[in-house]
Amino acid sequence: MSLIAAERIKLASTRSPWWCTAFAVLSTVALSVVAALAMARDSFIPVTVATTQMGYTLGMAVVMVMAALAVTTEYSVGTIRTTFLAMPHRGHALAAKTVVVAILAFLIGLAVSLSSWAIGLLVLPDADLALHGATQWRQVGGVALVYAVAAVIAVAVGTLTRHTAGAVAIVLVWTLMAEQLLVVIPGIGEAAQPFLPFQAAKQFLSAGEVPADASLLSQPWFAMLYFAATAAALLAIGIGVARRRDA
Amino acid sequence: MIETRGLTKRYGSTLSVDDLTFTVEPGRVTGFLGPNGAGKSTTMRMILGLDRPTSGQALINGKPYGDLVDPLRTVGALLDAKWVHPNRSARAHLRWLARSNRLSASRVDEVLDQVGLTEVADRRAGAFSLGMSQRLGIAAALLGDPGILLFDEPVNGLDPEGIVWIRKFMQRLANEGRIVLVSSHLLSEMAMTASDLVVIGRGSLISQSTTDEFVDRASGSNVRVKSPHIIEFTDVLRQHGLLVGPSGDDDRVVIVTGRGASTARIGDLAAANGIALHELSLHRGSLEEAFIKITSGDVEYSAGNPTSDRERASALVAAGR
Repeated sequence: MSLIAAERIKLASTRSPWWCTAFAVLSTVALSVVAALAMARDSFIPVTVATTQMGYTLGMAVVMVMAALAVTTEYSVGTIRTTFLAMPHRGHALAAKTVVVAILAFLIGLAVSLSSWAIGLLVLPDADLALHGATQWRQVGGVALVYAVAAVIAVAVGTLTRHTAGAVAIVLVWTLMAEQLLVVIPGIGEAAQPFLPFQAAKQFLSAGEVPADASLLSQPWFAMLYFAATAAALLAIGIGVARRRDA
Repeated sequence: MIETRGLTKRYGSTLSVDDLTFTVEPGRVTGFLGPNGAGKSTTMRMILGLDRPTSGQALINGKPYGDLVDPLRTVGALLDAKWVHPNRSARAHLRWLARSNRLSASRVDEVLDQVGLTEVADRRAGAFSLGMSQRLGIAAALLGDPGILLFDEPVNGLDPEGIVWIRKFMQRLANEGRIVLVSSHLLSEMAMTASDLVVIGRGSLISQSTTDEFVDRASGSNVRVKSPHIIEFTDVLRQHGLLVGPSGDDDRVVIVTGRGASTARIGDLAAANGIALHELSLHRGSLEEAFIKITSGDVEYSAGNPTSDRERASALVAAGR
């Protein structure tokens, strides 16, 4: 617990996490406003609870940059050594940092998803945006979970690369481009889709009611589990590497 | 106690630290001396668990650093004053460190006061001068009130006022009964602060002794002897295994070096042989030059090769002038 408290003080005592938080929330909310206005004017986009969350990837990318920076800044300014002097068990130190960053990402995700949904309610008063049951709750609240897991992936990438530019490039290209491009490759795209972590996250958020006898890969909670397992594996590799190498 | 056993670090084909074994005992300031690139920082980083030794081990009170619980309570270290987030305030930097090792928040104010940073504690550390950063680093090292302190080149780049401040501070810490290990590439600096010296060159141990012993050896205990019977006396001195060289300024004066070249021994030899002396004085050579001679030939030196000892002794005579 003392390590988590220490990491919380670290994160809260520089300005960039606050700027990232504000930017993630405001940009996603702004996008949701635009999307809701578009949906109000044209009827070709079906208005559902899930479509109010269309802009989540933007905030997620910002959250991931923030999470990667939480590690790479320590490497670039040298405080990682101060950290490892104070917390020589590197696995514990990095795990504590991951917990703090993931909690912040979860809270940002919650703020983003609830405000996007609320904007939908305001702009589209006629649509049925009520949170009827588990499916709608997953589509909104799930954003917070996805942000938290995405932050873990970013921490792992930051730990592995140790460089801000490299980590940010990997995170942005991966989440905003690489997977989407892979999916449209004829032939392999469709087969690969369920195995791409961020496509799985998307499946988790956008899937409607899925019949219980549907295949395992199309079950939203299974997709989420797969996404989380990817993050856990990457983090384990990152910590394993950090423990071996010279700080 | 700090202890290294066969500590070795290899980067690719370069051997940075080579089979280093030494111990640092409590209760005094120990200087860790060697030219730049001798492996001092690498050794300190291995002692602190930052770098992984290729072989051998470094122990603190019998344990590897990584096994210490709340290590800041046992060991305080200042390796690089810039290892602070530039946008974090000095106070916040100390607060997270204190919290990570379950130290009370009041310690933060105490150490800030100890190093005289209370007034600037809420300013961002990136705006600090080198001297202030160094003080912040010392504050961080003192946070857990540790019995062991390591400082890597703490006076590097400081102005004279800062140097004097650090010197006095380290002496005070040692007087409080702590182990203080300070690295430096300046023998003259170490001669003023450290009572023991661990000297390394090219990654391996050259000597571990008291500072006085090392300074005597480095400066060659170079004795100036003036006598009206200098030619006879030179023979006597050589028979007793001492090295005698000309002074260059006076035919009746010689410079005596070598092991056992003390004023007492030379005076006794003169008396025993009935030779009158007109001058008998101890001259310390230039410490830095002698130190360079010793560390540049460290491999032969540590092997105790008599020829190279002699060569070095004449080099010391030259350095003395």
